Amino acid sequence: MSQDGVNKARRTLLVGATAGVGAVGAGFLAVPFVKSWMPSEKAKAAGAPAKIDVSKVEAGAMITAEWRGKPVYVVRRTQAMLEELGNLADRLKDPANGNKAQQPGYADNEFRSRKPEIMVVLGVCTHLGCAPKYFPEVKPEQFDPNWKGGWFCPCHGSRFDLSGRVFQGSPASDNLVIPPYMFEDDNVVVVGVDEETA
Amino acid sequence: MKLGMKKIFALVAAFVPAVALAAGGNVHLDEHRTDLHDTASLQRGAQTFTNYCMGCHSMEHARYNRVAKDLGIPEDLMMENLMFADKKFGDRMTIAMDQVDSKRWFGATPPDLTLVARVRRPDWLYTYLRSFYEDTSRPWGVNNVVFKDVGMPHVLAELQGKQVYGTALVEDGFDTLTGQPILVEKEHVLSIAEEGTLSEAEYDKLVYDLVNFMVYMAEPIAVERERLGWWVLLFLAIFFVPVYFLNKEFWRDIK
Amino acid sequence: MSQNTNKIMAWIDDRLPVTQTYEKHMSKYYAPKNFNFWYFFGVLSMLMLVNQILTGIWLTMQFTPSAEAAFASVEYIMRDVEWGWLIRYMHSTGATFFFVAVYLHMMRAVLYGSYQKPRELIWIFGMLIYLALMAEAFMGYVLPWGQMSYWGAQVIISLFSVMPYGDLLTEWIRGDFLISGATLNRFFALHVVAVPLVIVALVVMHLLALHEVGSNNPDGVDIKKHKDENGKPLDGIPFHPYYTVHDLVGIVVFLMVFCTVLFFFPEGNGFMLEYANFEPANGLKTPEHIAPVWYFGAFYAILRAVPDKLLGVIAMGAAIAVLFVLPWLDRSPVRSWRYKGLLSRIYIVIFGFNFVLLTWLGTQPATETLTLIAQIASVIYFGWFVFLPLAPMFEKTKPVPERVTGGH
Repeated sequence: MSQDGVNKARRTLLVGATAGVGAVGAGFLAVPFVKSWMPSEKAKAAGAPAKIDVSKVEAGAMITAEWRGKPVYVVRRTQAMLEELGNLADRLKDPANGNKAQQPGYADNEFRSRKPEIMVVLGVCTHLGCAPKYFPEVKPEQFDPNWKGGWFCPCHGSRFDLSGRVFQGSPASDNLVIPPYMFEDDNVVVVGVDEETA
Repeated sequence: MKLGMKKIFALVAAFVPAVALAAGGNVHLDEHRTDLHDTASLQRGAQTFTNYCMGCHSMEHARYNRVAKDLGIPEDLMMENLMFADKKFGDRMTIAMDQVDSKRWFGATPPDLTLVARVRRPDWLYTYLRSFYEDTSRPWGVNNVVFKDVGMPHVLAELQGKQVYGTALVEDGFDTLTGQPILVEKEHVLSIAEEGTLSEAEYDKLVYDLVNFMVYMAEPIAVERERLGWWVLLFLAIFFVPVYFLNKEFWRDIK
Repeated sequence: MSQNTNKIMAWIDDRLPVTQTYEKHMSKYYAPKNFNFWYFFGVLSMLMLVNQILTGIWLTMQFTPSAEAAFASVEYIMRDVEWGWLIRYMHSTGATFFFVAVYLHMMRAVLYGSYQKPRELIWIFGMLIYLALMAEAFMGYVLPWGQMSYWGAQVIISLFSVMPYGDLLTEWIRGDFLISGATLNRFFALHVVAVPLVIVALVVMHLLALHEVGSNNPDGVDIKKHKDENGKPLDGIPFHPYYTVHDLVGIVVFLMVFCTVLFFFPEGNGFMLEYANFEPANGLKTPEHIAPVWYFGAFYAILRAVPDKLLGVIAMGAAIAVLFVLPWLDRSPVRSWRYKGLLSRIYIVIFGFNFVLLTWLGTQPATETLTLIAQIASVIYFGWFVFLPLAPMFEKTKPVPERVTGGH
C-alpha cells in the first residue's frame, strides 16, 4: 500500500461530495423521525373545535366547556357587570390589553370579547395553570375587600376581573387568554376557529 | 469448483417448481386488477360500502377525514353522503351495532373490515362477493362457493339477482359453421337464475369498485409509499456515484 | 483551529483513551486486503441493528403493549401518526434484512473457516447473538397481537412442554393459563429493553474478540505471519480509511435493495408480514396454516420433519446446538474452502442451498410430499456435521499460499 502520487485534491473533492450528499440523505432520513412527534390524527381530532350552545346560559351565570383539554369559561355578562368593568383600570396590571398575545384582534377591546354580553375565556391561570374559581357577586371577599366580581385563583391568590384582566398584587402577570372563537349563529359559539384563520 | 457450483445450482433450481406444485391449491379465484389510482372507482366503492356494508361492518381503524382527502371528496359531500348523522369529520368509522346482538343474529360478530383486503387478498374478496348462491338449508337462504357455510346474508342480492350453483349450460367455443356459441352442460357452475337490478357486467363492476375501495382502506398509504420509493431509489442511485468513486480513489493505494 | 482541536483531544485522551481506541480499532487495525463480497455482511448486520433499535424506540413511543389495544395501536401508527407507516415498515423490513445479512455473514464463516482456531470465541459470541436475535424476533412478532402473533406464540411456547416440568414451565413463560396480555406485556419488556441490551453487549464482545486475533480472509491465510519492518502485516491495510469507504459502497447497494422491498413489497408476499397477522388475535379461531416468519423456517422444518413431538424438539435444538461446536467439528488443516478437497467443496454448496430449501419448507403447509422432502433435507443438514470431522481422514487438501491472493 502506498500513498505516493496521491491526488489530494481529488480525494478532498470526493470526500466532500460523499459527505455532502450523505448529509442531505441523513437530513431526509431524520424527517420521519422528527415529524412523527407532531400531534397525530387522533390528537388533532380530539383537539378539533368545540361547539358550545350558549342559549341556555342564564344572565350572570358561567358554564365550563372543554377545548384541547383546557377549560373554557363562558359567561353571559349582565349590563351591571359590563358597566363595572370601566372603573377598574387603576387596579389592573394590563387594563388596555398591552400584551397582544393574550387575545385575538377581535377581543382586543374593553370587554375582551366579540359580543360584550358573551365572555369566552380559557380557565387557565396565567401564573402556573390552575383553574380560577368564579366569584360573580359584588361583595367584599376574604381575598379582596373591594371585590367587584370576576375570578379568584385558589392556588396562589391571583385575581381577575370579569373580562379576565389580572389585578395588581396577583402573582400572575398577564390577563387570562382569550382563545380563537366565532359565533356560528346567535346561540352557538365555536371555540378553536375564527373566520380569520378558518 | 465453479463447475460444481453451477451444476448444483441448476439442479436445485429445477427442483423448486416441482416442490411448489406439491403445495396444493383450492377454489379458483377470479383476478382482481386493483387500481388504486382510479379515484372514481374508489368513490363508487366507498358509496357501496356505506350503503350496503356499514350497517353491520365497521372500519374502525380508518377516519372519515382521511378517506375524504385521499378520495378527493369535499367535507360537506362526505358528511352528507358517506357519514351517519352523529359522526364528526375527524371520527373513526365505527358503527352502532351491538357485538353481542350481532353474534346472536349471525352466529359470529360481523368482523371489522378495515384490514380484510390484507388478510383475504383482493382476488378472494372479488370472487367471494360474486359467489353467493341459493341454498335453502342455510339460515339466510344463501351459501358461498368460496366461503362454505358463511354466516353472512347476501346483502347485494337485490343488485345481483338470484344466483344458483350446480349444473348449467355454459358457452364453450363457437360453432364454426353458424357462428353461434356452443352450449355445453357443465357441473359446479354459478349462474344467474333471476336477474337483479344490475346486469352481470354492471354487478361485476360494482364489486370491482367495492373491492378496490377495500384494498385502499386496508393500506391508505400504498400509493404514496410507492411514489416516495422512486425518489428514495433515485437518491440512492445519485449517492452511489461519489461513494463508488471515493472507494476507487482510495483503493488506488492498494497494490 | 486544528491546534485547539489537538489541545481538546489531548485533554480528553488524558482522561479517556479515545484516540488510542480509535487507532486500535479503526485507523491502525490492519485487516487483510483481499476481502470480497462476503465480507460486507458484518457491517450490514450492524447497520440493521442500528435500524432496528432506532425504529424500535420510535415505535415504542406510539405502541400500546396491552392485549386490548396493541393491534389497534399498530394501525394507529400506520394511519394516524405522521410517517408512522414508514417507521413501522422500516422495522418489519429491517427484521428480514437483519437475518439476510446475518445468514450471509455466517455463510462467509463457513466458506472461509473463520470459526477455526484462534477464532472459536468469535464464532461462539456470534452464535449467541444469533440465538438472542431469534428470541428477539420471535417476541417482536408477538407484539402486534395478530392471529399469527398469537398462534405462533402458542405453538412455540407449547414446545417447552416436552421438557421436565413442562406444564409448569409453559405456564411460567406465559404468565397465564393461555397466551394472553400477560405474555404480551412481558415479551414487550424483554423485546424493547432486555434482549437488545444483551445483543449490543454480545456484539461488543464479538468485535473485541475479532480485533484481538485479527480478521480472517478468503484464502484463510494468516496475514500476521508476514510483517514489514514496522511490524505491520504485509497483506494488511488499515481498516480506516480503506474499509470504511469500501463498506460504504456495500451499504449503499444494500440500502437500494432494502428500500426496494420497503417501499414496494413491504409485506414480502406474506413472507415478512404474514397475511393472517392483519386479523386481530382470536384464541378461539386457529388459522388454517400456522407458519413462522421465513427466517425461522429451517429449524421449524426440522422440527416438523420428525413425527414425534419430543424428538422433534430435540432435533430442532440439536440443529442449532451443533452450530456452536462447529470449530471443533471441522478438523480440516486448511481454513478456506478454496483449498479443501472436492467433496468438501461440493458439500458446502449443497449445505447452503439445502439450508435455503429448509427455510422455504418451514413456511409451507406440512403436506406428505413436503414433509418427506424436509426429512431428506434434515438428514443432509445433520450429515454435514458428521462429514466435517471425517473428511480430513480421506480428503487431500490443496496447498495453501503463504500470501493472500486475488487482492480486492
